[in-house]
Amino acid sequence: MNLGQLQQKLIAAARAIPPSEQVPYAFEQRILARLRDCPAADTWELWSRALWRAAAPCVACMLLLGAWSYYVASTRSPQTDLSQQFDNTVLAATDQEPQVPDTSW
Amino acid sequence: MEPTDAELITATLRGQADSFEPLVRKYSPRVFGTARRYARRQSEVEDIVQEVWIKAYQKLHSFRGTAPFEHWLMRLTVRTCYDFLRAHQRNREMAFSELSNEEGDWLESFAQAPESSSETADAARLLIERVLARLSPPARLIITLLEIEDRSVKEIAHLTGWSVTLVKVRAFRARAEMRRVLAKIAKEKYL
Repeated sequence: MNLGQLQQKLIAAARAIPPSEQVPYAFEQRILARLRDCPAADTWELWSRALWRAAAPCVACMLLLGAWSYYVASTRSPQTDLSQQFDNTVLAATDQEPQVPDTSW
Repeated sequence: MEPTDAELITATLRGQADSFEPLVRKYSPRVFGTARRYARRQSEVEDIVQEVWIKAYQKLHSFRGTAPFEHWLMRLTVRTCYDFLRAHQRNREMAFSELSNEEGDWLESFAQAPESSSETADAARLLIERVLARLSPPARLIITLLEIEDRSVKEIAHLTGWSVTLVKVRAFRARAEMRRVLAKIAKEKYL
């Protein structure tokens, strides 16, 4: 069987009989009644709903990170303290700079 | 004198919901005609059309008025039909039951004399519906728009929101998919 020809024949069959455009009785009124029932989409309400939904995962993340940082801080030795390391890094340049007397005057 | 579409839309946006009714009355036949290409049951067709009009009402503010309202509405209709096909994707496996006697006879007559088999026969129409029901949602949409409704690739891209290249790729795949479905039918019939 020639499948290409069969395909063309069936597509021609679908073209030959277009679907009906008949609208059920009083359909417009049904739609209008439906539209009056459903409230218009409020952007602020959608935003607040989305933010409330996002709040729970954010709180969970915050708690997890808080617990993790507390755990890390309690197990870390004083030499590896982040604030100390930060101080050392910032002041490293000052510490290594040679003390040259100012003779410009 | 009847108000124009633009006037009706402006009035609806100002809060006069009744001004939307003439638009629903005017364009519902076209929306029904399109929806009937993708759904068979009357209840499903009505659900699709209802969803189209509710979306149209809610998104009316996004209609810029640079193109006719009908074009904007048809784009919404095609996208809603596509969503419907995707939502009912699982049902398509069930659509592939055994061929009826009429469909079998029509296939038989086609196999014997392809030129003389009628394309207006009910059996041919039932068979193409069966084949379309078996296709994946993008393939069905493309075959319907490109082959049955005879639309251009550019038009389809505009209606679906896909790029021209994507439409071409999907059209190629859809034709291959349709041929596979037909091969399966032929195999079941003759083996």
